Amino acid sequence: MSSPRHSTAWWVIWICAAVLFVVHQDFWYWNDRSLIFGFLPIGLAYHVGFSVAAAVLWLLAVTFAWPTHIEEWADRNDAASLPRSEGRE
Amino acid sequence: MILTFAQTSLIPLWIIIGYLALLLGLGVISSRFFKGTAADYFVVSRSVGSFLLLMSVFGTTMTGFALVGSTGEAFAKGVGVYGLMASWSGLVHSGVFFLVGIRLWAVGKRNGYMTQCEYFSDRFESRSLGYLLFAILVLLLIPYLLVGVIASGRFLQATTAGMFPETFAMTLPNGNPHPLTGSLPLWLGSLVVCGVVLGYVFFGGLRGAVWANTFQTIVFMVTGVIAFYLIAQKFGGLQAATAKLLASENAERAARGSQMGPLQFFTYCFVPLSVGMFPHLFQHWLTARSAKSFRLTVVAHPIFIAVVWVPCILIGVWAAGLFADGGLRLPKNPDGTPISNAVLGAMINQLVHSNVLSGLVGAGVLAAIMSSLDSQFVCLGTMFTNDIVIRLAGRDRLTDTQKIWISRAFILTIVGVTYGLAVYMMGDDRRSQSVFALGVWCFSGFAALFPLVFAAVYWRRTTKAGALACVLVTTVVWSVLFYRDIFAEKAPGSEEEKLIFGMMPVAIIFAASAVTLVVVSLITRPLSTATINKFFDPLETN
Repeated sequence: MSSPRHSTAWWVIWICAAVLFVVHQDFWYWNDRSLIFGFLPIGLAYHVGFSVAAAVLWLLAVTFAWPTHIEEWADRNDAASLPRSEGRE
Repeated sequence: MILTFAQTSLIPLWIIIGYLALLLGLGVISSRFFKGTAADYFVVSRSVGSFLLLMSVFGTTMTGFALVGSTGEAFAKGVGVYGLMASWSGLVHSGVFFLVGIRLWAVGKRNGYMTQCEYFSDRFESRSLGYLLFAILVLLLIPYLLVGVIASGRFLQATTAGMFPETFAMTLPNGNPHPLTGSLPLWLGSLVVCGVVLGYVFFGGLRGAVWANTFQTIVFMVTGVIAFYLIAQKFGGLQAATAKLLASENAERAARGSQMGPLQFFTYCFVPLSVGMFPHLFQHWLTARSAKSFRLTVVAHPIFIAVVWVPCILIGVWAAGLFADGGLRLPKNPDGTPISNAVLGAMINQLVHSNVLSGLVGAGVLAAIMSSLDSQFVCLGTMFTNDIVIRLAGRDRLTDTQKIWISRAFILTIVGVTYGLAVYMMGDDRRSQSVFALGVWCFSGFAALFPLVFAAVYWRRTTKAGALACVLVTTVVWSVLFYRDIFAEKAPGSEEEKLIFGMMPVAIIFAASAVTLVVVSLITRPLSTATINKFFDPLETN
C-alpha cells in the first residue's frame, strides 16, 4: 500500500497482522483463571494486550505502509476522473 | 429486558434532560456552520479532520450494546466476551478502515460520490446493482434503527421507574403494581429520543451528526469509566471485586471454559467486517478532509474499544460473583433466569446508590444509542435523495437547495416511520424480541457482503455478473439461515444466532458470497478499460 511496489515494511506489517490473527485464538488460556495484577483474569488481560498490539500494528502500518499514491491519485485530475459538481446553488 | 428497580428521585431524569438539551444546543451551533450546499449537508464538504473523524466513526460504530449489552454478556458468559467481540473488532475494524475506507474516500472524492449505491452502480456499470443494493441496504438498516429506538424507550422507562407514580401508574394483570410503575411510557421515551436526534440532524445534516457524535462518544466513554471506578470502590477495590467472583459458584466467568466454543470464538472475526458495508459509515468516510485524517482513527480505534469494553466486562463478571452470593437482585425472564441486560443498571442502583451516577450512566447509554441513530437517519435520507430522486429526475435538474429539502423531507419521514414501527413492535414482547433477533442478523448480512466491497477496491477482474451473483447468493443464503434460526430452539429471551457446526452463521454466508463473486467473475466478461481506469490508480498494478 505504501507505493505501487510493496516495500519490505509493507510485507513485515502484513505478516505481523497474520500472526495477530492466529494468536487471537489463545486456547492456552481457555480455562486459566489466574490473575494479573491481582484482579485481571489472564484471559482478559491477554486480549487487552491484543488490543494494544493491534493499535501498535496499525500505527506501524500508517507510518511505514501509508498509501501515499492513493492520496495523490485522489487529488489528481485526469481524463478518467469525472467529478460531479459540489456546491452548486 | 427491563432493568433496575423503582426510585423516586428525579435527579437522573434531570441529568438526562440536561444532556439532551446540550445535544440540541450543539445541533443549533453546528447548523450555523452550514454552507447551504448539498455536499455540505451530505458529506460536510469533505472537510472533517482527524479528531472529529475518529470520534464520529467510533460513536457510529458503538451502539448501546457497548455499555449495557457487553456488561450483560460478560455476566452470562464471562471474560471471554471481550476476546469474542471487542479484541476482534479492534483488529478488524481498523484493518477495514485502512484497507477499504481510505480507497473508498479517494474514489468518492475523485467522482463526487455521496452514497454506496452510486459507487457500486458506476464501479460495476450496472444501475440494477445500485437499485438492488439500495433495497437490501435499506432493509438491513431498518431493524438496526428499530433496535436503537426501542432500546432507548426501554432504557428511559427503566431509568424513570417510580418517578411519576400517579401520572404513569401501571398494574400487573393480578392488580398488583407493575415493577415499572411511575415510569415514562415506552412511546414517550422513544419519541423524545427520536425528536432530539431529528432536531440536530434536520438542519445541520451530517455535520450535526458528526458534532453530536463527538460529544456523545466523550460522554459514554467517560461515564463508563466513572461507573467502573465507583463500583470497584464499593467492592473494596479491584482485587476484592475479582476475589469475590473467584470465591463464588460463578468463578468460571473468570475464564472461557464451556461458555463459548473455539470455533465460535474464531468465526466471530467475520462479524466486525460489517463495518465495511455499513452505508452510514461509508458516508462518514467520505467526510474526511484528506486520507491523512484516517490515521488517528485507524490507530486509536482498538484502544477506544478497550477503554469502553474492559470496564463493562469487569463489572459484568463481578456482578456474576455478587449475584451468586445473593448480593445482587435482578429481574427475571419467564423461565426464571436473570435478565442480563439489567446488570449494569442494577449494579449502579444497588451498589453505588447514586442518583447522579444513575443519571450520568443513563446519559451515557443514550449517547451510545443516539450516536448510531443519527448517522443512520441522515444516511437513509441521503440514499433516498441521491439514489432514487436525483437518479430518476436527472442530476442537473435539481438545485442544491432542492436536494437538501428533499433529503430533510425523507429524514423526517424515515424518523416518523421508524418511530411508528417501533411503537407497534413495543406493543408486544414477542414482536419486540423478534426485532432484536433480526438486528443481530442484520450485522451478519452486512458482513457477508464484505467480499463485494473488498473486490470492488482491489480486484480489477471483478465483473458486473460476479457482483450481482454475490449479492443474490448472499441474500438467498442469509434468508435460508435466518428462516432456520427463527424455528430453532433457543433459551427464552435469547437474541443470539444459532451456531452452525459450532460456527457463527456469518462464516457460511461470507464463504458463499466470496466463492460466488470469484467464480462468476472469472467466467464472465471483464468490465471496460474505461471503468477500470476510473476506479484504479494506473500507477498501481493488480
